[in-house]
Amino acid sequence: MMTGISLAAVINVLLFTFLVMTAIAIVRVRHLFAVAMLSGVFSLLSAGLFVALDAVDVAFTEAAVGAGISTVLMLGTMALTVTREKSTKRSPVLPIFVCLVTGAALVYSTLDMPAFGTAQAPIHEHVAPDYIARTPEEIGVPNIVTGILASYRGYDTLGETTVIFTAAVAVVLLLGSFSRKKQKRTGKE
Amino acid sequence: MDHHSILRVVSKLLIPPIIVYALYVQWHGDYGPGGGFQAGVIFAVAFILYGLVFGVEAMTDVLPTSFIRVAMSLGVLIYAGTGLYALLAGYNFLDYEAIGHGGHHAQEWGILIVELGVGITVASVMIGIFVAFASRTPKLKDEDW
Repeated sequence: MMTGISLAAVINVLLFTFLVMTAIAIVRVRHLFAVAMLSGVFSLLSAGLFVALDAVDVAFTEAAVGAGISTVLMLGTMALTVTREKSTKRSPVLPIFVCLVTGAALVYSTLDMPAFGTAQAPIHEHVAPDYIARTPEEIGVPNIVTGILASYRGYDTLGETTVIFTAAVAVVLLLGSFSRKKQKRTGKE
Repeated sequence: MDHHSILRVVSKLLIPPIIVYALYVQWHGDYGPGGGFQAGVIFAVAFILYGLVFGVEAMTDVLPTSFIRVAMSLGVLIYAGTGLYALLAGYNFLDYEAIGHGGHHAQEWGILIVELGVGITVASVMIGIFVAFASRTPKLKDEDW
């Protein structure tokens, strides 16, 4: 009876089920520590989905950043504020309506998308074949993703690195960090 | 967290492999999945784990904040410097052809160098942001977890 169902399909259905369950739990739970942990779980499950889609580089980033660093930073932020979400008295009808309409529009738009994994999809017919054909000759690194990111798209990656640097500068300016040692010496908080 | 001996022992055991793995991801980004960004994050995680378990001050004793600040800019400088070097050598900005003997050799080295820049910046930025948040935090009580 199981012959018609592939293992990949079972894994995908399982991952998506867990993903939806995690999302519902995030909405329901009021304790923010649990929410931070659950969003880490959500990221890890998405990383699993990316692996199932053969996007290992993206999965790697999602697991390291989404499940790792973001969770730690959310916990750090939580320690600076409160650990429980306030319950609102407003009616949830309008937000639910907006969510449902947006969701319906997104599902409707998927009907126009090319079939999943088809080689004729526009994304596979634009620059991708060019990169795949030229990377072994011009760059010579086995991982085409790295070849594109660091060589063909070196400008973009330089921009991204600068963005990360700018983010750190902004955080340091806002939180006035790195002054703990000084405060300790003067003995004032 | 002085009395959490299991956490302390396990995290001490885990930190060296995490750093080795980060270095593996950094230098093998052109052969397998990963690269400077992922390696930087993993590298930062080793220090953040140390900071979480043993306290931020213990971590900044190992990695002073002044060093983190310098490293944040150093990575971007390495990346942009590679571009400038190519420019000064008479090539386009970030054209790795300027490095060494050109061809695949130059591409390989160019990618390694800029990925190193990305790795240094990402690692120090992640550690820096963590320190920025954590050093403002009143010490977490065990009941809060």
